[in-house]
Amino acid sequence: MTKTSFLKRDEAVGFAILALIIFIVFPLMLDDFRLNLFGKYLTYAFVAVGLVLCWGAGGILSLGQGVFFGLGGYCMAMFLKLEASTPEATAIQSTPGIPDFMDWNQISALPIWWQPFNSFGFTVLAILAVPALFSLIIGFAMFRRRVGGVYFAIITQAIAAIATILIVGQQGYTGGVNGITDLRTLMGWDIRPDSAKTALYFVNAVLLFACLFIAMAIRKSKFGRVLVAMRDAEDRVRFSGYDVASFKIFIFCVGAMMASVGGAMFTLQVGFMSPTIVGIVPSIEMVIFCAVGGRHSLLGAVYGALLVNWARTTLSESFPELWLFGLGGLFIAVVLAFPNGLAGLYDDYVKPRLKLSRRNHAAKPSNPQLAE
Amino acid sequence: MFSGYSLPELGAIFAMQGFAGLILFSVFVLMALGLAIIFGQMGVINMAHGEFMILGAYVTYLVSQAFATYAPALFGAYFFVAMVLAFCASGLLGMFVEWAIIRHLYKRPLDTLLATWGLSLILQQSFRSLFGAREVGVTIPSWMMGSLPLTDLIEVPINGIFVMVLALGISAAVYVMMFKSGWGRQVRAVTQNRTMAGAVGIDTERTDRLTFGIGCGVAGIAGAAFTMIGSTGPTSGQAYIVDTFLVVVFGGAASLLGTIASAFSISQAQSILEFFLSGSMAKVITLLVVVGILMLRPQGLFSIKLRK
Amino acid sequence: MADHKKAPFPAMSRRAILAGGAAIGASLFLPKGLRAQDFPTDQVNTTGLAVTDDTVQVGILHSISGTMSISETGSVQAEKLAIEQINAQGGVLGRKIETIQEDGASDWPTFAEKARKLLVNDKVASVMGCWTSASRKAVLPVFEQHNGMLYYPTFYEGLEESPNVIYTGQEATQQIIAGLDWVAREKGAKSFYLLGSDYIWPRTSNKIARKHIEDKLGGEVVGEEYYPLGHTQFNSVINKIRLKKPDVIYAIVVGGSNVSFYKQLKAAGIDMTEEAPLLLTISVTEDEIRGIGGENIEGAYACMKYFQSLENENNKEFVAAFKEMWGDDMVIGDVTQAAYLGPWLWKAAVEKAGSFDVDKVREASPGIELTTAPEGYVKIHENHHLWSKTRVGHAMADGQYEVVFTTDDLVEPDPFPEGYQ
Repeated sequence: MTKTSFLKRDEAVGFAILALIIFIVFPLMLDDFRLNLFGKYLTYAFVAVGLVLCWGAGGILSLGQGVFFGLGGYCMAMFLKLEASTPEATAIQSTPGIPDFMDWNQISALPIWWQPFNSFGFTVLAILAVPALFSLIIGFAMFRRRVGGVYFAIITQAIAAIATILIVGQQGYTGGVNGITDLRTLMGWDIRPDSAKTALYFVNAVLLFACLFIAMAIRKSKFGRVLVAMRDAEDRVRFSGYDVASFKIFIFCVGAMMASVGGAMFTLQVGFMSPTIVGIVPSIEMVIFCAVGGRHSLLGAVYGALLVNWARTTLSESFPELWLFGLGGLFIAVVLAFPNGLAGLYDDYVKPRLKLSRRNHAAKPSNPQLAE
Repeated sequence: MFSGYSLPELGAIFAMQGFAGLILFSVFVLMALGLAIIFGQMGVINMAHGEFMILGAYVTYLVSQAFATYAPALFGAYFFVAMVLAFCASGLLGMFVEWAIIRHLYKRPLDTLLATWGLSLILQQSFRSLFGAREVGVTIPSWMMGSLPLTDLIEVPINGIFVMVLALGISAAVYVMMFKSGWGRQVRAVTQNRTMAGAVGIDTERTDRLTFGIGCGVAGIAGAAFTMIGSTGPTSGQAYIVDTFLVVVFGGAASLLGTIASAFSISQAQSILEFFLSGSMAKVITLLVVVGILMLRPQGLFSIKLRK
Repeated sequence: MADHKKAPFPAMSRRAILAGGAAIGASLFLPKGLRAQDFPTDQVNTTGLAVTDDTVQVGILHSISGTMSISETGSVQAEKLAIEQINAQGGVLGRKIETIQEDGASDWPTFAEKARKLLVNDKVASVMGCWTSASRKAVLPVFEQHNGMLYYPTFYEGLEESPNVIYTGQEATQQIIAGLDWVAREKGAKSFYLLGSDYIWPRTSNKIARKHIEDKLGGEVVGEEYYPLGHTQFNSVINKIRLKKPDVIYAIVVGGSNVSFYKQLKAAGIDMTEEAPLLLTISVTEDEIRGIGGENIEGAYACMKYFQSLENENNKEFVAAFKEMWGDDMVIGDVTQAAYLGPWLWKAAVEKAGSFDVDKVREASPGIELTTAPEGYVKIHENHHLWSKTRVGHAMADGQYEVVFTTDDLVEPDPFPEGYQ
């Protein structure tokens, strides 16, 4: 292929293989239960792809991605909860027609800021706009003042802590520790049966590929190259006349919106939203998915999210009392031995051999090709 | 809310509330000092800081068990032995971790965060395997659990005084070590210019290892002291991590004085708010204000001007 | 939620219950030697559960990692003990119980995931599990969708009544009202300071407590306050308590915060043995006291349905068996005992139904009694909760409670209490 085409040959093959795995191999090989699990893992891949843009390309490490994941998830959950809380279904409450947890907390009318979530259009808009706005405020405050690196990480971590305490504390409006549970239908379509979960898996996968293409387009653009330049020598970019802060704010917003879409899909597939997914621990784990996959590789992020979560599920099923050792060891190993994650391993070990064998035998690559 | 109380009563309550703020301040100082050394001087983000504290707490538990079995007569004094051993245990583990993991990552501070997070998971599971999933009850010598009646109305908890004295003592010790000893000069030299420090003959590797070890050791002492006021379980350490990092960052990373000043302001703010608001809201507002100020003044309260 | 209809209240006097208890209690001992060949697998299992000619699979779903493992470990131990004892007696319908244990990892989505695995992949006949309300809420839709049966051991806030859950712990009114009546009656308590960790159980419980104090007891609530889960600094609230001088501190602090709260309370010079103020809690079992230290909570009162020190034959055997299996240094709290009831109640329901089918077990469950329960005698209500007695215990320095009060009658479970909403 020529240089002017959008994807290089390697990258096109990588995308094709990932698509093959997600759209054909998984649905054929896995039973409904496992497929739904992998659907859940893929929602984390949205966050990981966003992190590749922010962290791998832009050098901004956010430890608060769980907040954006949660914002999307909660927006979706609010819509579904309102749909589930019809006056008939909640007839037993003292105030029928409002979500059950509000009734338990003596709230007798739907709060104003819940009301727009009766509309699906508004909800979809909110899933994109709320995290964008929120990240804009954070980004504007911090990047304009040239806060970066470690400080940005710790401040976003504190924001994750605040978000959790707030959600848990305001339980009349948010469902508290329990979260927003018992979600049933999406515009009349029951999301609980296996068939619905399979359909959602494919919707999820299509959205993920859309995000991947957007991310790829950003990285290929001039903007993406400025971003990388900024990561490696911020001052030089600034002195060349670029407005560094605006670039950072933009990419941070994109990452936040991707996380939010993932969160919304999470709510749909898992059937509830809870503050445990917003806090510090999940936020750090999301960074780990990205690091395991390779922080510079978009496709790697997807493999990272799948691999870590699959390992967690399998290890905790087979060795429930030991799985933390495995997970902890994995984190350390990734940082110490393979700083570029799976993608780095592939680039170092698989790719040279492929080239060699291609030259010798004209063989086709048979392994997932990771972009970068 | 103050109607119906006599002036002396109100005065006594405010005095005790002020004291509660001071105890919280001491707790913050103890939590943050170790991290301030590691993060401020070395730039390493140690997410396992809480686990090093809990290691100190478990050491205290073991020492208390040992004293209760073998030397019940000396039980009242075991705490001092426990603190020394906690310092050694956490410090040695810290030095080992520095050797095994951290030293490979000095050029990648964000990666230290990931690696130490993994380490914290491993430590938590180790505690669980060794000591069981339940919390252990650390018996505190009875002389430390009483209170000291200053007037009829004002009573001051002795463990609070103990924590305060300890916080003062350790701060002073760290200050002396950092600014008056040869080691401190070396640490500061390495912080400010690693290459140059190496060039003038400072063993930077040894300095790093010792610094990390001492930072972890101080965390161990803090953990030992916190058995008086908190729980000791495999995951107890996580309760401290956010507060600790905020205190250090708010103070300005490289400044010990800043850490103490920030511990003071955060603790006073929280303790005053707690008195007038519900506990949850007080916490949220304190955190929000701290984050808000950090956004306006990212370098923290005190910062050292460095040519990067 | 259509499923949460209020069950009709069976008007039943204590005498009727006891008479019925004796009758069914006697019949409970009959199935002891049931042989599997009398119950062919294709007849006792028509819905494809994991039942073979000699085994039946049961799930255990608790957190064995993460913060909740501190609390849930006791429940796992009790459930395993009950299952081992049932197997030693010949199993259920002649089939040995095999357990599949999954780790909820203190994470609610993980609980939902594991519940689905147990029901869909492993096809277990029932699940003993969950501890927090949040984990139960997370798995509830899974159990309702795949028609599983969950035996849930924790005392909780009520406001729920699922056909797929048997609640072996107390709902809020069972735990709260008798205790408040007792302090008002015996100790003349008039003013209360309500304190809790910030989540639904303490908040709902305090809501019920406040209604009862203000409407029924004519008392006064002088303060109500919540702290985030995991909070470790309680000196400010202790000062507020000093300022308000309540007769009773009503504390529903949970987890690690418990340890901080009681240690700081003691250090601040509030000696609970002087009962000025008196401390009444519904969240500290013997299990929690291990972490707090008996000397730090001596003199407090707790309102539970079970204490390890209960004097009866069932309990002596239970405590001895528990210690033999898990070690002499074990202590047993209220929830641990409730978790122990789960497998026994399920066994009784299966044998009454003569089938492992979830629908038949559910139908058979109301009215099931356990005369062998360590807490004495329990019976499943139409609303899937247990009739239990409420007891008040007085904490002693050795970490045990001395039972100072027991209700005369079994207290009816009422998850949707009228007048307390």
